[in-house]
Amino acid sequence: MLEIKNLHAKVEGEDIEILKGVNLKVNAGEIHAIMGPNGSGKSTLSKVVSGHPEYEVTDGEILFEGEDITEMDADERAHLGLFLAFQYPVEVPGITNKTLLREAYNTIARANDREELDPLEFEDYLVSKLDVIEMKDEFLNRSINTGFSGGEKKKNEIFQMAVLDPKLSFLDETDSGLDIDALKIVSDGVNKIANDEKAIVLITHYQRLLNYIKPDFVHVMMNGKIIKSGDIALAEELEANGYDQLQKELMLNGEAQ
Amino acid sequence: MSEETKALESMIGEEYKYGFTTDVEYEEFPKGINEDIIRELSARKEEPEWMLEFRLKSYRAWREMEEPDWFNATYKKPDFENLLYYSAPKKKPKLDSMDEVDPKIRETYEKLGIPLEEQKMLSGVAVDAVFDSVSVFTSFKEKLAEAGVIFCSISEAIREYPELVKKYIGSVVPARDNFYAALNSAVFSDGSFCFIPKNTKCPMELSTYFRINNMESGQFERTLIVAEEGASVSYLEGCTAPMYDENQLHAAVVELVALDDADIKYSTIQNWYSGDEEGKGGIYNFVTKRGICKGKNSKISWTQLETGSAVTLKYPSVILQGDNSIGEFYSVAVTTKKQQADTGTKMIHLGKNTRSTIISKGISAGQSNNSYRGEVKVGKNAKGAKNYSVCDSMLIGQECGAHTFPYISSENASSSVEHEATTSRVGEEQIFYLMQRGISEQDAISMIINGFVKDVLKELPLEFAVEANKLLDVKLEGSVG
Ligand SMILES: Nc1ncnc2c1ncn2[C@@H]1O[C@H](COP(=O)(O)OP(=O)(O)OP(=O)(O)O)[C@@H](O)[C@H]1O
Ligand SMILES: [Mg+2]
Repeated sequence: MLEIKNLHAKVEGEDIEILKGVNLKVNAGEIHAIMGPNGSGKSTLSKVVSGHPEYEVTDGEILFEGEDITEMDADERAHLGLFLAFQYPVEVPGITNKTLLREAYNTIARANDREELDPLEFEDYLVSKLDVIEMKDEFLNRSINTGFSGGEKKKNEIFQMAVLDPKLSFLDETDSGLDIDALKIVSDGVNKIANDEKAIVLITHYQRLLNYIKPDFVHVMMNGKIIKSGDIALAEELEANGYDQLQKELMLNGEAQ
Repeated sequence: MSEETKALESMIGEEYKYGFTTDVEYEEFPKGINEDIIRELSARKEEPEWMLEFRLKSYRAWREMEEPDWFNATYKKPDFENLLYYSAPKKKPKLDSMDEVDPKIRETYEKLGIPLEEQKMLSGVAVDAVFDSVSVFTSFKEKLAEAGVIFCSISEAIREYPELVKKYIGSVVPARDNFYAALNSAVFSDGSFCFIPKNTKCPMELSTYFRINNMESGQFERTLIVAEEGASVSYLEGCTAPMYDENQLHAAVVELVALDDADIKYSTIQNWYSGDEEGKGGIYNFVTKRGICKGKNSKISWTQLETGSAVTLKYPSVILQGDNSIGEFYSVAVTTKKQQADTGTKMIHLGKNTRSTIISKGISAGQSNNSYRGEVKVGKNAKGAKNYSVCDSMLIGQECGAHTFPYISSENASSSVEHEATTSRVGEEQIFYLMQRGISEQDAISMIINGFVKDVLKELPLEFAVEANKLLDVKLEGSVG
């Protein structure tokens, strides 16, 4: 579904290279987890894949279902079925969640020659999705993320994901800021959404999340690169020993500079 | 500057669509101002003696006054000796029916989307059309008269209802109030007059469309609205002007008087020509607007959408004299290119339990400069007075400026004054967030701006909210670069 080949990216107009050759392949039905220390480039990777204009790809390519999307605008990538749950969801005062979601849903539907939903149909559809993460309906009529608590913002991202029903979702630290109960509810929601035709990439610092959402692959990112991939055992090892230890091992093996 | 910001700027800086000129024959006075010109003006309008006296006194006061420069704007001062103080299309001055309006002028209003034929108008809106110095047409007069409402040009009111005009004109904005008010009081050419008698709800929205066509004329219109005890009215003012390289002066005075339990809602959609990319040309919009809540439980509400003019200096204010009276100010000011706006409000609390609300939203783009200046004053008898102010600025790009100057003074300890201010940059993060959800860049920008101004635009009368949205969209329209 997604294939990232030797991806290099820097901040537009500046000489700061952040991604230094990322390779990653994600197939339909898979769940991947990316872990890595602060500032290693995890969020940047998710933004570059979804087309953030602040970054420029200097080398490599991003393929989505075989199509090169490296130069596509963010909205076109969304139309193809790419979704990003933000680490820091943005507040947009004056526009309700409902308005955003109806616009977004219908724009995506139009782009894919699917039928649009009229306001009444959409309302029903929207309400049917509230259950996925036990969201209160009052959030539908509130301005996007405006005045939401940290945890509510994160929940709202997953709600949007449930409504827009994307093929591939990046969840950037969705677990950070959620209380213990909310973490469980949100994880259950993500598990309900996941199926054989979809793929999910979780970015997280905590193995705890991976107890709820079981990844098929775990990757470690450091200094703009994926330096090691494995299964859930890798996450457990990190939890026990930390990144330092891993880096030392890799250096001994001559795998990292 | 990133691609996003550039796209934003080009969208915001959409070309002015009302910049055409109308080729009509003018009857005008020689340029410059002196007592003879004023006498001639007054005579031409068949004014009574007291009106001429009012003008002359104002003129003499003006001569003694200094042109102010305390605001946050720089511009070439108008040359008062080089202005035309009277410029009227050569046609019958008194018009009884639509057919007598010069077809070219009629066409002008059609082009502006304001057809003057009553059957084509928005139902429920009466229009007074002011073209350069004179009112060319007022619609629905008879229907209003049935309700006892007087709605006509101020010139006509001075002739037909001299007692009413004499009682109220200059009572809220005295001639000596400020430099431009004094000038206006001396040379005002036309404007609208509305009188809503006791216990009458005006049966329709009233509106005036101002158009400056003549390149060298100043426009000095005068509006006076009086709502007697228990009366209510909603009034809207719209303005456009052609594009000229020279600056044109527009120095209006608007006075509102609300007696006991009366309610006046005054809305403005200001879209004067704002000058070109280099800041050449455009209107100087130096306007004094003030209302007085004279009676108890009365209410005055100003709502404005300011998108035009090269320089705007304007502070619609409310004097809250009656106990329990309410003053409101809702404003959206958009500046682009090299526009400069210094606008805000004054709320003067004199009566007990008076309340005021100020919601100001500034959007600045290009190299423009947008300042909010607000004064809240609580007098010593204003027990329990309350004010709430919110003042938000949004910046688009790196070269524009937004400033907030709140002045608060209270002489009564039982009053409460609350001021909040925020400044945000139209976030590329916001745009990206919406685009990530599948929304196009252009729609994302327009959603963000509409969201920002929503609290103000919802205060506009329904008939005009549509128009306001259209105007904002026109300002935002354009290709994504
Ligand atoms: N627009 C930018 N300008 C300058 N530096 C940037 C920019 N965006 C990202 N960076 C830098 O790139 C590096 C990677 O940032 P990124 O947000 O991708 O890290 P992360 O792995 O998500 O970290 P965390 O776990 O703390 O969320 C950081 O050093 C960050 O400061
Ligand atoms: Mg991050």
